[in-house]
Amino acid sequence: MLNVPTLAQLQAEGKKAEIVFWVGCAGSFDDRAKKITKAFVKLLNKTETSFAVLGTEESCTGDPAKRAGNEFLFQMQALQNIATLNAYEVTKIVTTCPHCFNTLKNEYPELGGNFEVIHHTQLLKQLLKEEKLSIQGGKFKGKRITYHDPCYLGRANQVYEAPRDLIQKLDAELVEMKSCRSKGLCCGAGGAQMFKDAEAGVKEVNIERTEQLLEVQPDIVAAACPFCNTMMTDGIKNKEQEGNIQVMDIAELIANANDL
Amino acid sequence: MNYIPNIIFLTVLLLSIGVFTRNIKRIIRNISLGKSIDRKDQSGLRWKNMFRVALGQSKMVSRPIAGFLHVVVYVGFVLINIELLEIILDGLTGAHRIFAPILGSFYDVLTAIFEVLALLVLIAVIFFWSRRNISKIKRFWMAEMKGWPKLDADIILYFEVVLMVLFLSMNATDSILQELNPHDYIKAGSFPVSTFMVPLFDGFSVETLHIMERSFWWLHIIGIFIFLNYLYYSKHLHILLAFPNTYFANLNSKGKFPVDSNIKNEVQLMMDPNFAIPDTNEAPPEKFGASDVFDLNWVQLMNAYSCTECGRCSSVCPANLTGKKLSPRKIMMDTRDRLEEVGKSLNINKGVFEKDSKQLLNDYITPEELWACTSCNACVDACPIEIDPLSIIMDMRQYLVMEQSAAPQELNAMMGNIENNGAPWPFSNQDRLQWANE
Repeated sequence: MLNVPTLAQLQAEGKKAEIVFWVGCAGSFDDRAKKITKAFVKLLNKTETSFAVLGTEESCTGDPAKRAGNEFLFQMQALQNIATLNAYEVTKIVTTCPHCFNTLKNEYPELGGNFEVIHHTQLLKQLLKEEKLSIQGGKFKGKRITYHDPCYLGRANQVYEAPRDLIQKLDAELVEMKSCRSKGLCCGAGGAQMFKDAEAGVKEVNIERTEQLLEVQPDIVAAACPFCNTMMTDGIKNKEQEGNIQVMDIAELIANANDL
Repeated sequence: MNYIPNIIFLTVLLLSIGVFTRNIKRIIRNISLGKSIDRKDQSGLRWKNMFRVALGQSKMVSRPIAGFLHVVVYVGFVLINIELLEIILDGLTGAHRIFAPILGSFYDVLTAIFEVLALLVLIAVIFFWSRRNISKIKRFWMAEMKGWPKLDADIILYFEVVLMVLFLSMNATDSILQELNPHDYIKAGSFPVSTFMVPLFDGFSVETLHIMERSFWWLHIIGIFIFLNYLYYSKHLHILLAFPNTYFANLNSKGKFPVDSNIKNEVQLMMDPNFAIPDTNEAPPEKFGASDVFDLNWVQLMNAYSCTECGRCSSVCPANLTGKKLSPRKIMMDTRDRLEEVGKSLNINKGVFEKDSKQLLNDYITPEELWACTSCNACVDACPIEIDPLSIIMDMRQYLVMEQSAAPQELNAMMGNIENNGAPWPFSNQDRLQWANE
């Protein structure tokens, strides 16, 4: 049974959480992403991290609206969320979605939302360092894992190592695709593309990326973004490789390694 | 004494500098059409960025072959300019190799270095030409490179070949004349490369060699003046603009897109009727986003003039890689072309822009290109001089959505969902925590 306190509950009990887990729309509603959310909460529970979610008080950060060109709608969402977060005197936020992460971290301060924002891979790495979390790699021993850099985590915010450091704890072989880190190829979902059909071309972007990942023959593709996860999963299905290659979020890998 | 050559030289020099100055002023005037943006903060960091990226070529070398060749040409270009200073002083004073007596034996070292560099530049340029024309590297053959851009790129390479050959021929004939006519040609310099060209000039009389040497000298310097003034019409402006371009580059996280403060006031007013709009002298914007070059900021316009059309951006663009119409390089080329078109109108009408029926959107850049962008920042990361095509794409999307409500239908649906349910999908916000119980 997951322990998922909301900020409202904690406030009613006169308690505070050290960190707010910003679940995000994908993490709340998308069937695949919900599994990532739960894996991450299991890790938070296991490490007895003091956290809370906003629950029904959370609303879209406005990222897809902003990337689609609707600055007005973005700012409406942002100001509304900032009012909520500030009312609870939130200081620190963790999120499993690099898009929420980027928007909260970089675009909220100018609108009055000043929080320390970290990505879940950064928090997990920190928990590992503090020895609150341990990772036994037995399950993944000998597996080839490749990591797909989400654009909004990597290029946009220079987080390249935390996810890799975690993968390396799994005793697995981390194999890099030809485009990785600052040269990582987009999965095709960013910039609001997730919500529309692609323009005419010769190929879908996620297929291009899938072909790159097939080149390194991984057993597992590690993702750190719910949208990348969907795009990679679809690409692998398109190539009929779903029997051989699994797409898993870093939180799921770590939770699995801990038998959670 | 005969002063005619000096006078001719001075005239050519002044003419060349004059035309160059006029063109630079035009570029500055055109760039100033852009909106203001504050890029004067953090000057220490900006200088560092410029030294590292423009002077130090740090991003060029991420592609080792092209990077190495480029560094050769670049170092050659910068150092050979010292020689240029001597040529100009010789031309003005009527002296010959004016630095030789001053520098003594160091002069030999310098001339030798210049010759070796000239040879290396020649070799690099031949490689560059082959990459474009024989191996036909894909990014040099994309749709936007047809016609003038392709010719422009080749002309620059031919220019460099001709200049280097003239320079070496000048030295070769000079070194022969130093033996045959020591009265007019002082013994100076060391010529490790052009010495191999000496046999080509075997058997000519002193008079003929003298005419040849003078012709090479004059053609070389006039060639340089022409090249200098060719810059304005060419993609080659990057040799100058790379410096301000990297100095004024965006230093924020690449994921941070600008937050429009005008909109902020309106949204705050809407959410809180008692909100007082801060009293600033700025006029409210005429429109949101960008449909023409006037709506872009001056850094974006400078970016357009700085672009040397190398295509590294487009070669890593996920949309371009998968056959969509979007090419970040074309975004920059279109912006410059439109800005030049506006500039021409300003030239003709004494600085007043005569409204034409065109604009950047639709006439140059189509919505199809803009909507293909994933905002992944690969183009921004790839640019060796930190041009930001993504910012232009986003500004134009903003115009399409906020001024014309012209988003693709699915995006309108997504935005409608955010407005109504606070999520891009049609789920009720009341179900946000369902996952915890599933």
